[in-house]
Amino acid sequence: MSTETLSGGAAAPPRAREVMVDVKGLKKHFPIMKGVFRRQVGAVKAVDGVSFEIYRGETLGLVGESGSGKSTTGRVILQLDQVTEGTILFEGHDLTQLHGEDLRSLRPRMQMVFQDPHASLNPRMTVGSIIGEPLSEHRQGSSDERQQRIGELLSLVGLEPKHANRYPHEFSGGQRQRIGIARAIALNPDFIVCDEPIAALDVSIQAQVVNLLENLQDVLGLTYLFISHDLSMIRHIADRVAVMYLGKIMELADVDVLYNDPKHPYTKALLSAVPVPDPEVESARKRVILEGDIPSPANPPPGCVFNTRCPIAQERCSLEVPVFRELTPGRWVACHFAE
Amino acid sequence: MATTQERVESQVLAPAGERTEKYRSLRSDVWRQFKRHKGAVAGLILMALIVLAVVVGPLVWPPDPYAIDTTVANQGPSADHPFGTDNLGRDLLARSLIGGRISLSVGFAAMLVGLILGTAVGVIAGFFRRLDGPLMRVTDLFLALPILPLLLVVVMLFREPLKQSFGEELGIFLLVVVIIGATSWMTTARVVRGDVLSIKEKEFVLAAQSIGTRKRNVIMRHIIPNTMSPVMVSAALGVAGAIITESALSFLGLGFPASFPTWGRLVFDGRNYLHLNPAWILAPGALISLTVMSVNFIGDGIRDALDPKLRSR
Repeated sequence: MSTETLSGGAAAPPRAREVMVDVKGLKKHFPIMKGVFRRQVGAVKAVDGVSFEIYRGETLGLVGESGSGKSTTGRVILQLDQVTEGTILFEGHDLTQLHGEDLRSLRPRMQMVFQDPHASLNPRMTVGSIIGEPLSEHRQGSSDERQQRIGELLSLVGLEPKHANRYPHEFSGGQRQRIGIARAIALNPDFIVCDEPIAALDVSIQAQVVNLLENLQDVLGLTYLFISHDLSMIRHIADRVAVMYLGKIMELADVDVLYNDPKHPYTKALLSAVPVPDPEVESARKRVILEGDIPSPANPPPGCVFNTRCPIAQERCSLEVPVFRELTPGRWVACHFAE
Repeated sequence: MATTQERVESQVLAPAGERTEKYRSLRSDVWRQFKRHKGAVAGLILMALIVLAVVVGPLVWPPDPYAIDTTVANQGPSADHPFGTDNLGRDLLARSLIGGRISLSVGFAAMLVGLILGTAVGVIAGFFRRLDGPLMRVTDLFLALPILPLLLVVVMLFREPLKQSFGEELGIFLLVVVIIGATSWMTTARVVRGDVLSIKEKEFVLAAQSIGTRKRNVIMRHIIPNTMSPVMVSAALGVAGAIITESALSFLGLGFPASFPTWGRLVFDGRNYLHLNPAWILAPGALISLTVMSVNFIGDGIRDALDPKLRSR
């Protein structure tokens, strides 16, 4: 348990860790309606019972392939989608039980950075009014102060205050993502869900945006839930990593522990697919190739959801759902055979 | 408003260093782009001329539009009567000018009624899933209604009461505007609903939600501005449709009484004399076409000017 926060002097020292977000048994099922009477015939189990904690000042990476429920988890935590089951404690407040104004008053504390910088900015609004929207919605400051703050925020994310008058289409993808980040930090949040913030960007721009996010974390003491399918990026930015597969968390551990010694066969397979920037190591690298595709979340396999593709699966795996258990302190795995 | 913001801007940004970019208000941006659209500017000028003519024209042009003089009946264009005369010898230019007041005001007022109703129904149906079904069924109902029998009933029921409470001209004006507005909002509602359904799934709406933006503001700030394109188009078509529907109503004796020479009325009256006096329908017909055309161009121009992506600089 020697987690050194990669971001250096972040808010919390490694030992005295304070839980900021506590997710317990979170489920999000989207009903499937069919027939004339729109009866529910099934459900897409996008998130099917995940539990984890996010500590103040850390970055929790959430990885998984497409359709594993990463983004849904992020959205449900911020209550952009209703939960089906489970609780989400944000500093002791159960977000699933809050509605209307109570929830709205907590909104400034938790924000989101979106995946597609082209879709996440209203094309009809100037950058200034996009960033100013959270300020005016929560009535922070006079109009003059808000203008001032917009200028500050733009400088903070590496743009110029004069850009406030422009429209989003006049910016490149990376710059737009900076605008999205400026909007997210406008209200001085504590917790930000980054929903694949770099997936839609050029590789050369990705590093800039990630560095910006890290700098902001240092300066503002932010806590991130960083959702991505980019394993190298997660390794760079995250303090702890959760691996998701078909709506469930397979493994959760500190980043170094997880990358150096993965316990779950799915994590092993994922990590074996990451190329190494060293020709000798790379040529000797053994890959675990998974057969087939991720099953449909509307009809997940019985037992362990990974048993259909698992290289070490046995009869027990298709009968019994593995418990998500703590192997050693801070290291959680959902596999019958991990030890 | 622009000036205060300009002042604020310069105060705030002066210390930040080089300020090469001047603050531009939305209104001046839109106007600048609108001016670039040649068709729109031509349409605006034409529209201004028509409005000026119907407002000032009757005061300037001496002949009485209601004076009957059978000695000059059914004449073609001449110096005395540039648009000719009708079968009772009334001056058609004077009648077109005075009639244009009614036609134009009915056209624009009915378009506004239909547009506001249609946009409201479309936005509510698209945004609130629970109201979608009921509102769209109401829209279907209105689309399926046989309009003419409905109009007959409505006019029978409300003509006299309205006449009594608002006077003949205003009462009938209100009746016609409401009837046309209430029977022309459905296409707008359907188009807007479709747009809203796709816009509300965009990430910027989700972002507004995560900020805690109230539903009302989400609709006013994010949804409606992004549905402006189809709305502007249906507005332009709406004016044209309203002028034509008003003509049809007058023709059936349901709109303004025969003594009010609206453009549609003039065309319908003249059509029986087409072989005797083709000039009769020419002038009001041309006025209807020109108005509709200029409104369409203006609508195009506004739509383009409101879209920041087309507003190059």
